[in-house]
Amino acid sequence: MSFASHDSATRQSQGEAITAEEVAASGAVADEDAARYALILGDDALMLAQRLSAWISRAPELEEDVALGNIALDLLGHARFLLTYAGTAWHRTEDDLAYFRDEEEFRSCRLVEQENGDFGRTIARQLIVSIFQHEVYSRLVHSTDETLAAIADKALKEVAYHQDHAIQWTLRLGLGTEESARRLQAGLDELWASVEELFIDVDPIPRLASVAVAPSTLREPTMARLGEIIEQAGLRVPEVGGSFGADRSGRFSEHRGHILAEMQVLARRHPGATW
Amino acid sequence: MPHPSTAQDSHAAPLRLADASDADAAAEEAEAGQARFDELIAEDSRIEPRDWMPADYRKSLARQISQHAHSEIIGMQPEGNWITRAPSLKRKAILMAKVQDEAGHGLYLYSAAETLGTARETFYDQLYTGRAKYSSIFNYPARTWADIGAIGWLVDGAAITNQVPLCRASYGPYGRAMVRVCKEESFHQRQGWEILHTLSHGTAEQHRMAQDAVDRFYGPALQMFGPPDTDSPNSQQSMAWNIKRFTNDELRQRFVDMIVPQAEALGLTLPDPELAWNEERGHYDFGELDWDEFFAVLKGQGPLSSQRLEHYRRARDEGAWVREAAAAYARRQAAAEPIGA
Amino acid sequence: MTSEHSAHAGGWPLWEVFIRTARGLSHVHAGSLHAPDAGMAVRNARDLYTRRNEGTSVWVVPAEAVTASDPDAKGSFFESPQGKSYRHATYYTASEGVKHL
Repeated sequence: MSFASHDSATRQSQGEAITAEEVAASGAVADEDAARYALILGDDALMLAQRLSAWISRAPELEEDVALGNIALDLLGHARFLLTYAGTAWHRTEDDLAYFRDEEEFRSCRLVEQENGDFGRTIARQLIVSIFQHEVYSRLVHSTDETLAAIADKALKEVAYHQDHAIQWTLRLGLGTEESARRLQAGLDELWASVEELFIDVDPIPRLASVAVAPSTLREPTMARLGEIIEQAGLRVPEVGGSFGADRSGRFSEHRGHILAEMQVLARRHPGATW
Repeated sequence: MPHPSTAQDSHAAPLRLADASDADAAAEEAEAGQARFDELIAEDSRIEPRDWMPADYRKSLARQISQHAHSEIIGMQPEGNWITRAPSLKRKAILMAKVQDEAGHGLYLYSAAETLGTARETFYDQLYTGRAKYSSIFNYPARTWADIGAIGWLVDGAAITNQVPLCRASYGPYGRAMVRVCKEESFHQRQGWEILHTLSHGTAEQHRMAQDAVDRFYGPALQMFGPPDTDSPNSQQSMAWNIKRFTNDELRQRFVDMIVPQAEALGLTLPDPELAWNEERGHYDFGELDWDEFFAVLKGQGPLSSQRLEHYRRARDEGAWVREAAAAYARRQAAAEPIGA
Repeated sequence: MTSEHSAHAGGWPLWEVFIRTARGLSHVHAGSLHAPDAGMAVRNARDLYTRRNEGTSVWVVPAEAVTASDPDAKGSFFESPQGKSYRHATYYTASEGVKHL
């Protein structure tokens, strides 16, 4: 636009990262197992994006509205290309998969489905998830599935930033005031029972040796990194065992149904419509 | 100090050589300042934060820019209301980016307002306590998905019509903020139009939804330009100061002329039976707007006025401990580390 | 000093943001923001001012660390260069028509 062209500080560009549309146009077709693995990653990203997006206009400061908005948008982007790729196995679009699957068909973990709670609890969830996702994507870039490797390459850079954001806030809340330390600790304590589910090699992962990253191999590095940061923030690693039913099936989650009811309501009222 | 010592664009401390404590000197300074100010306005140049400026100019700008910022912030709510329910993932991403942009625009504008010598916290406080005004249209509900389209097309469309001339506002930081806002907003109106276009050409129910949204947002969108010129006492002064470049009615007319063909392309009707091309004027004639409703909403009687403020207050209240924690951490770090670390 | 501009009024301090839009260009003032400390300021600046790929590098500076010239002293502060046109190449016209000069 001409009125702004003289102002180099507003010069914009679209960048050249991978998009959901490009995944769809690439002609790559996922095999059944790879598609089911992509759903696991994609559903985590989608549920967390859905949760985080509810922060916009409710963050502690305007700058943080923008920061959380960026993270939610990144995650939604990950969900879109992962679901798009998964859908190639069944001739279904990202929206078919997001809006027209039922509760028990999703493969998200319970951790990302947890309610936002206060900012401390949201940061606790961000810390755990972003560190875990960073471990996943930093290995998935070596996947023999080229599309998954390309998606991981894009996601890794963004998740690295999410991790940094979560760590910065963990330190500030942990070492800020008594109240902030208490709230962040409470967030960690409440969420900790859901952490174990991240590390379960659910079906079809055991059959995808060179394609997927086995979550069980990430338990040790993820927990070590988490422990380090929690300690640095002056907090305690909760001594809470993983809760029963860690199988991503949805059979043991009450939140998933509420998230989907809200997310899917309009699309389902107009089946077949375009938007 | 005889006049508020203001921050400049970079909000920095001016290097004052001496304090003009003597009243005569102050009067002399004001006179010279006024002359310089008049000269800059006359040659259509820009006023920068640390220039001398009339107290009324400063006050009027602070009010206008902060109201504009508040509108962006409150404006996040009606659209934010639909992020979790957007009917496709692409639409969800677009809407999220748009609402996030509004937070960014609020920030740019608060920054511009702060250069006038008032901290952002003060503006927050004015909004929090209900003393500040913001665009009335955000006190209407976004009930259906089509409302997201109508808000983008009509509300953002009206806002852009208003904002493009503000890129040339005489106050430098305001103009610069508006350049950035306008540049980023160019997608907001288009995505709204596209939503309505898709709905209008979709199922019968979708078409009805689109028409209903346009019916509800048309009038309030036209009122976004403010009361008629005959009823807008501040406008004249604002134009003399080169803040406003066109009157409320001129901008409203420009907007109507723009949206009539756009509505035709959408296959939707604008809810005004008096809307007709006037060959003689070279403009569209349109009917009288409901100004009683406008002034009532402005006074806080909008359908969602109290809900919008309550949402804002809750976010501020619930974020207080976070802001305090980060500040405490920063103090502690600063105390622990030597300067420059 | 700036008494009216209370950078710390109950909130986070103010930071000025400078963005380099591409290699080879200077950092240009983009705007300002509030942040509790430098670490958060540079991250907030990235989030706020580079949402559309506008930047390859970001600087943040505490607003109160900027020292500016006095606008009222414009006359004297910026007077000296006026009338020194011999500092500009266009002053020298004898070489007109001669190539590469």
